[in-house]
Amino acid sequence: MERRTFLKAAAAVGATSLLPVSAMAVSSAMASSGEDAQREEPGVVDTYDATPKQWGFVIDAKKIEELGVMDDMIGACNHAHNIPQTGDPKTEVKWIWAEPFENTFADMESEYMDEETLDRAYPVLCNHCDNPPCVRVCPTKATFKRSDGIVMMDPHRCIGCRFCMGGCPYGARSLNFFDPRLYLDEINPDYPTRTKGVVEKCTLCAERIDKGEIPLCVEASKGAVLFGDLNDPDSEVSRALKEAFFIRRRVSLGTGPNMYYIVSGGAENA
Amino acid sequence: MTKKWTIGIFVVILIGIFAIPFLVNAGRVDGDPDVSLDTPQINALEVKECIEPTDYMRESHMVLLDEWRNSVVRDGNYEYRSQSGQIYEMSLDETCLGCHSNQADFCDKCHEYSSVDLYCWQCHGTIDEENPNAVIENGDDVLFTEKA
Ligand code: SF4
Ligand code: SF4
Ligand code: SF4
Repeated sequence: MERRTFLKAAAAVGATSLLPVSAMAVSSAMASSGEDAQREEPGVVDTYDATPKQWGFVIDAKKIEELGVMDDMIGACNHAHNIPQTGDPKTEVKWIWAEPFENTFADMESEYMDEETLDRAYPVLCNHCDNPPCVRVCPTKATFKRSDGIVMMDPHRCIGCRFCMGGCPYGARSLNFFDPRLYLDEINPDYPTRTKGVVEKCTLCAERIDKGEIPLCVEASKGAVLFGDLNDPDSEVSRALKEAFFIRRRVSLGTGPNMYYIVSGGAENA
Repeated sequence: MTKKWTIGIFVVILIGIFAIPFLVNAGRVDGDPDVSLDTPQINALEVKECIEPTDYMRESHMVLLDEWRNSVVRDGNYEYRSQSGQIYEMSLDETCLGCHSNQADFCDKCHEYSSVDLYCWQCHGTIDEENPNAVIENGDDVLFTEKA
């Protein structure tokens, strides 16, 4: 074929093939501005309630003791979230656990305190801090603060550097030294496990909150732990805090913990 | 003359080396991966269709899963509207692996064929139908299953 005929042919082919394409583009643009726009677009549906909030707990340790629900609270979380039980304090993985007063509120302990308060078990977990140091130090944004206040973990991004464990003053984070499936008697198939080399912690049951349910440990506490939005003055937690005296863990560090502990007179004030 | 001979010999050796993979694989026929859809949940479906058309899922499930993961973990969104308008929960464990509970005969088939080595199953899809509480060791990941 001569160069001239080839070019001519090419131009002809180009022109005919362009026509339907441009016609299609126009017609689809018209369609999408018409009826199609009213139909909902396929893809991810935005259901997340992004209004700024700060979820928090009001914990009545005395009531927990009276009701005897501590083990249920811890057990419910452990089972639902596939938390491995390594049986060794050096490698254990903890989301929520019990500590006596001197470990929970070390800076407030006194030998003159009544023994009941001192010996009582207090549930401790991630405080979902206002100003979380774990988030500040994480180099990969594997841990981040959501607009509703939850300090969330994205295990897919975690590189196991453990900066966050050094940053958290509450020991609320644990590293998986082993494959967690080795230390699970029973696996909950609806929740993923983690892998070796990944850090984990309480997620405030984000998967439940996003579906309008309350955290599991709150449910298991039979009313001894209240859950709600601390920014909302009418929420159950805000009202409870107006009526009782409470303490928080290591406030002086400036992390802004959101777990509030009612220390005395809990039964009368609840 | 000797120089030409030397060059010739080395050219032949070189061609021989490059031909090794072709010779080794000559005559070998690898059929398409044979994936199985024989699972209890799929068998129970009236209309056997995935959340999106099969061709799209075959080519782009990884893109879809990446979007799902980020939407759920980072943005707190859990719902996905398919091309057909149906709403599905964006859950690898419940939605995808609920039906495709046969990792070895479904997922692994194509991944092995295309030499893709994944570690989704270290965390997701924990259930061995016969023995639901068993620890599943995933081939290469035995490294991750050594107890202290
Ligand atoms: S308690 Fe620790 S892990 Fe939780 S948000 Fe505060 S600093 Fe981070
Ligand atoms: S261990 Fe993971 S979550 Fe913690 S700081 Fe490192 S990457 Fe971030
Ligand atoms: S809020 Fe949920 S994840 Fe956190 S300790 Fe309670 S049950 Fe566990």
